[in-house]
Amino acid sequence: MGQTPMLEIKDLHATVDGKAILNGLTLTINPGEVHAIMGPNGSGKSTLSYVLTGREGYDVTSGEVLYECESILGLEPEERAAKGIFLAFQYPVEIPGVTNTTFLKEAMNAVLKHRGEDTMDAMEFMKFLRAKTKELGIAEDMIKRSVNVGFSGGEKKRNEVLQMAVLEPKLAILDETDSGLDIDALKTVSNGVNALRSPERSMLVITHYQRLLDYIVPDYVHVLANGSIKQSGGKELALELEKNGYASFTEAA
Amino acid sequence: MAATAQTEQQVRDVTEQKYKYGFVTDIEMETAPKGLNEDIVRFISAKKEDPEWLLEWRLKAFRHWLTMPEPEWAKVAFPPINYQDAHYYASPKNKEKPKSLDEVDPELLKTYEKLGIPLKEQEVLAGVEGAATVAVDAVFDSVSVATTFKKKLQEVGVIFCSISEAIKEHPDLVKQYMGSVVPYTDNKHATLNSAVFTDGSFVYIPPGVRCPMELSTYFRINAENTGQFERTLIIADKGSYVSYLEGCTAPMRDENQLHAAVVELIALDDAEIKYSTVQNWYPGDENGVGGIYNFVTKRGACRGVNSKISWTQVETGSAITWKYPSCILQGDNSVGEFYSIAITNNLQQADTGTKMIHIGKNTRSKIISKGISAGRSNQTYRGLVKMTPRASGSRNFTQCDSLLVGDQCGAHTVPYIESKNASAVVEHEATTSKISDDQLFYLRQRGLSAEDAIALVVNGFCREVLQQLPMEFAVEAQKLVGISLEGSVG
Repeated sequence: MGQTPMLEIKDLHATVDGKAILNGLTLTINPGEVHAIMGPNGSGKSTLSYVLTGREGYDVTSGEVLYECESILGLEPEERAAKGIFLAFQYPVEIPGVTNTTFLKEAMNAVLKHRGEDTMDAMEFMKFLRAKTKELGIAEDMIKRSVNVGFSGGEKKRNEVLQMAVLEPKLAILDETDSGLDIDALKTVSNGVNALRSPERSMLVITHYQRLLDYIVPDYVHVLANGSIKQSGGKELALELEKNGYASFTEAA
Repeated sequence: MAATAQTEQQVRDVTEQKYKYGFVTDIEMETAPKGLNEDIVRFISAKKEDPEWLLEWRLKAFRHWLTMPEPEWAKVAFPPINYQDAHYYASPKNKEKPKSLDEVDPELLKTYEKLGIPLKEQEVLAGVEGAATVAVDAVFDSVSVATTFKKKLQEVGVIFCSISEAIKEHPDLVKQYMGSVVPYTDNKHATLNSAVFTDGSFVYIPPGVRCPMELSTYFRINAENTGQFERTLIIADKGSYVSYLEGCTAPMRDENQLHAAVVELIALDDAEIKYSTVQNWYPGDENGVGGIYNFVTKRGACRGVNSKISWTQVETGSAITWKYPSCILQGDNSVGEFYSIAITNNLQQADTGTKMIHIGKNTRSKIISKGISAGRSNQTYRGLVKMTPRASGSRNFTQCDSLLVGDQCGAHTVPYIESKNASAVVEHEATTSKISDDQLFYLRQRGLSAEDAIALVVNGFCREVLQQLPMEFAVEAQKLVGISLEGSVG
């Protein structure tokens, strides 16, 4: 393609509690591209997202992960975050007593500090945050509430999108963003994600169902089964999968 | 005058007797010899130029103290205290002090730096020789600030001075109220304090006056080293209000291991006292060596109808904390509150809580306690809610939350509830939780370091209590929460 890839995963093997979950996964994502990974339960989808973001307990046994041509496997989660890798969680976590505003400001400033840039003061950040909520059509009371506490499924996912909008990552990994959403919430969240698509930003969308891909239309679709990519194609591959299921891939393994 | 003659006689007694015991000392001496006996009590009393009644009081306390066993019911462990191996009076100027910041524990300096404390102020806090007088002016501009404060307070008739000064200038008030909430027979530590206390603060708010500013030990003139046996007495007369801040977020070093302070609060009809503490005495190194034993007796009496006393504490320091700020709700409709954050790390031990004694009708109390244990520390909430037969229509609400960081620390809750009135309502809620790996990873994925992530979760956990602190204290306390937990992960 002639451009520098955003992310290159080469023959990645990883274990959780000694059990092999990823078995030779290879994938390249270029700037601006949206890749979807589809696969059945237990195929290694969530493991992939945690390995990329450096979660403890997800051990890489061999292979490489290059982000902007640099290996990131030795980096702490916060160092990867500072470099622009963002994970929208399948199950966003509650932090009681900490307002969304405080959380986002701390996160923003931590990232800015990592990059050696000036941090924002409270006033500056409020202005910035208000503008973001307005852009995404998010109600202002959401930023005053404790992080994810008492949020509905839809609100939690919208909150993930808001965080993504604030932190402006280069690589966003969306882990089953559609789970637990009704159709209206799915549309809202997808609109938010689509608004963040840009030629400099890559996305890796992990999902069970084709449904999400009606709204977030990917450039490429990959089938993940038994820890490696079994087939890759364009967005039409998702429709095929919807029709035929994953059976042929899991049996093949 | 008789009193002067008395003092002189005492001084003579002291010096002569000292010699008898092999001490080489005289009244010019600034430090009492090691040990504790009646002579030492007389020596302190003479040094403080006490009136006779106070000397008598001290001696009664001392004699009673000799008969008291060590309190052993708290869940704290330490070797027996050798009371004879300590100085009970030392003039600040004669204390051994570090010559410069180079001689101060580098760990302590690191903490100062994290709190953003300027160099000059660091010297004062670390007790560097010669720092106090220079730095106090330079840092707090305290002469002018204090003067402005004093003038403002005088205008409304508020008395705010050292307890020594109060004993001289306002003996009637001191005599009437001192020991009226915490009697000299109260407990081993308070009784020792009654015998040998050297200084502390005194506050009197006249009827109907709302104290125009928060009173802080920080700004009191003569605040320089009030010693290990501090005594504070605050009286809010009818319809008055005062907010009092004690302590400082910066860790204070002290050569004295045992600290046994006494604080007494008295609120008359319709009066309100808000007492906020940030305690950050040296906790010792990571093995607990050299830390302070903080054995404090704090108690408030809501004597008047509709009176209110509110304690807020942030306890992060000391090797051992033994502290139960309490309220005696005598006046009908009076209100007692206790908001507490206690953080223990490494090998720290804290046994802290409160007592709410409901005596008057329709009295109300609220207890919000947040305990955070990390490292190998142990922490106990110990509380008593007592509804006496007269306390009709009274209510208490207690919430005790414990948060564990790591798997080697302990949290214990020991609530006592005694209700002798059928119309009284007592509610108790308690939770124990851990900072989850999910929370930490979530925050780190957003760019926060592991330590910042813990600090944020803990600040959220403590929010209800932090909100009770006066503004300027709250911001510092939040920072302190993070710093106190450093080293508690991986």
